[in-house]
Amino acid sequence: MKRIVLVGATSTIAAECARIWNKVDDTHFILIVRDKNKAKRVAKDLRVRNPKNTFDIEVVDFTSTKEIINVIKNTAKEKIDLVLVAQGVLPNQVDVQNDIKAIKQIVGINSTSVVQFAQGFANEMQHTGGTIAVIGSVAGDRGRKANYVYGSTKGLVATFTRGLAHRFAGTDLKIVLIKPGPTATAMTADRTQNGQKQADVKVVARQIVHGIKAGKTEFYTPGIWRFIMLAIRHIPNAIFNRMNF
Amino acid sequence: MFQPWGRIPSAESNIKVLSDIDEIARTMHKHKNSIAYGAGRSYGDVCQSDSGTLLVTANLDRFRSFDSATGELSVEAGVLLRDIQRHFTPLGWALPVTPGTQLITVGGAIANDIHGKSHHVHGTFGHQVVKFTLIRSDGEVIECSPTKNPKWFAATIGGIGLTGVISKATLKMQRIAGPWIDTETIPFGSIEEFFRISAKSNSQYENSVSWIDCTSRNSNRGLLMIGNRSNLQKPAKFKDAKTFPFEPPVSLVNKLTLKPGNMAYYALSRIKPAKSTVHYEKFFYPLDGINEWNKVYGPKGFYQYQSVIPPHNALDATKEMLKVIGASGQGSMLGVLKEFGTQNSLGLLSFPMAGTTLALDFPNRGTDTEKLFAKLDEIVKAAEGRLYLAKDARMPREMFETTYLNLNKFKKFRDPNLSSAMSKRLMGN
Repeated sequence: MKRIVLVGATSTIAAECARIWNKVDDTHFILIVRDKNKAKRVAKDLRVRNPKNTFDIEVVDFTSTKEIINVIKNTAKEKIDLVLVAQGVLPNQVDVQNDIKAIKQIVGINSTSVVQFAQGFANEMQHTGGTIAVIGSVAGDRGRKANYVYGSTKGLVATFTRGLAHRFAGTDLKIVLIKPGPTATAMTADRTQNGQKQADVKVVARQIVHGIKAGKTEFYTPGIWRFIMLAIRHIPNAIFNRMNF
Repeated sequence: MFQPWGRIPSAESNIKVLSDIDEIARTMHKHKNSIAYGAGRSYGDVCQSDSGTLLVTANLDRFRSFDSATGELSVEAGVLLRDIQRHFTPLGWALPVTPGTQLITVGGAIANDIHGKSHHVHGTFGHQVVKFTLIRSDGEVIECSPTKNPKWFAATIGGIGLTGVISKATLKMQRIAGPWIDTETIPFGSIEEFFRISAKSNSQYENSVSWIDCTSRNSNRGLLMIGNRSNLQKPAKFKDAKTFPFEPPVSLVNKLTLKPGNMAYYALSRIKPAKSTVHYEKFFYPLDGINEWNKVYGPKGFYQYQSVIPPHNALDATKEMLKVIGASGQGSMLGVLKEFGTQNSLGLLSFPMAGTTLALDFPNRGTDTEKLFAKLDEIVKAAEGRLYLAKDARMPREMFETTYLNLNKFKKFRDPNLSSAMSKRLMGN
């Protein structure tokens, strides 16, 4: 039996990836979530789609280190094949730049809890092996005025995950950093208003599952973002800071 | 992005994407003048808001339960019929009633009480609904079924989204032999002939629909396509759709292409073998193979005119409409004719009734098209017929009021916070 842990399992991307992994029989899923009712709906959906798999829900306060430590300990009692760390919130940039209290909360969810989970599971899995995949974002590649609070939380995650990957390179523990572009999810729902072009979450999930299976250590999804971000990262500040995006 | 399928431009509206069914009531309460938006495949303004808010249900897409003893499937309202069909067909189950596209949501299918090629056997989508949950903007949650709150059930089936937002529904699935359809194509040369062969085949075939050439004033030739589930036990693969590559500056369906297009369709269908076994997606949803095919009609968009005429007037009125359409030089290659069964629809505003339905796309040619529709309206009214709200973008209010006889009964069930561009046009609010 395979065991897959989804941290932030109710996120649209995680739930969509789970639908793909769920096609393999005899998989046990552990959904680590903040919202129990939402998680129940995700689990029901997966159960209808494959009655041969099993699902546990663990409700955790992602701002509580104690709860995070406990859930990792309990989950890791048996061998884990794959952990996907996917939780995140997308704040309104203008709101948070005027409310530094809110910044703390967002960093807590998007960065602190993410790296705590990644590090905690890595510590438990270092001898047994497996895969830990972490969802970053194209926004973490370079700060820009439209979303630098969110972007920087993802930048932290990216640097951390790369370091973790470096540490475990050559071992049986694979560390993967995934950087989605804007994707049509619950998190980005309010952005559709401004006509932002967003990728289909089904496509993104397919690429994530494929990328992890192919043994990639870091990738963008959809793939086109690799080239867009290559260009964006290399624009000199003098020019970048005069651009409006 | 949140246009209707006909792409006729309408008023700007706010977009509010629902991310969880627990949010529905709160969001409805906050946004006056809102209307649920599913997959955006209804043609006109039924899924549009006139300067209000669209409540997008696409993320409410989870299955909830399936009982393999009874075939009852419970889902959230934003689930696409395609996702149901693709998951359950390999398991030997299918939805008995789907329209010509499966890219619509369950909530939309209920709210428009859609019908399909199997109407003469299975009735409408509403007949497949075991129960659903209706959320009102005041927070009330109404469980509806034919026996529980039956009045709310009848108002909401075909209720064009105005009675509340449907959060989840339980549907009856049908046991099927497999994904294949044994199909036969029978040509006919007149409407009389259509009625003869259609009546005969309806008793033997679960699915039946006709393509009709709208360009000839007198001959009314067409092709009756009938099909039953095949016992063929060959595994099937689902194909990814291709996307229509660009928006042409003018409609590609126009005076120059209309006649040759219809001729070519007829000729090509005639050289194919009359009997064949095809995948169910190809049989039921041929146009789903091309995403955004509606762009073919260019930036001005298009209308679909779909009417139903009761049996005693069906022959004359259908002939008359085809004559008027043929003479106008307007239309497209997508003329559809079908005889409905006699099952009464369950909804107060449901469209299907015993009789004959004719549906045809028309590229938007402004006043020319409006004039043609005015003539067709007269024929439909005189023949005691009506037009399908899921397709409509232009019916005069007076026609709606005189042809939908349960309208006043329906109005009592409206949610005060819900309104669509269509409800403003046809009901005044």
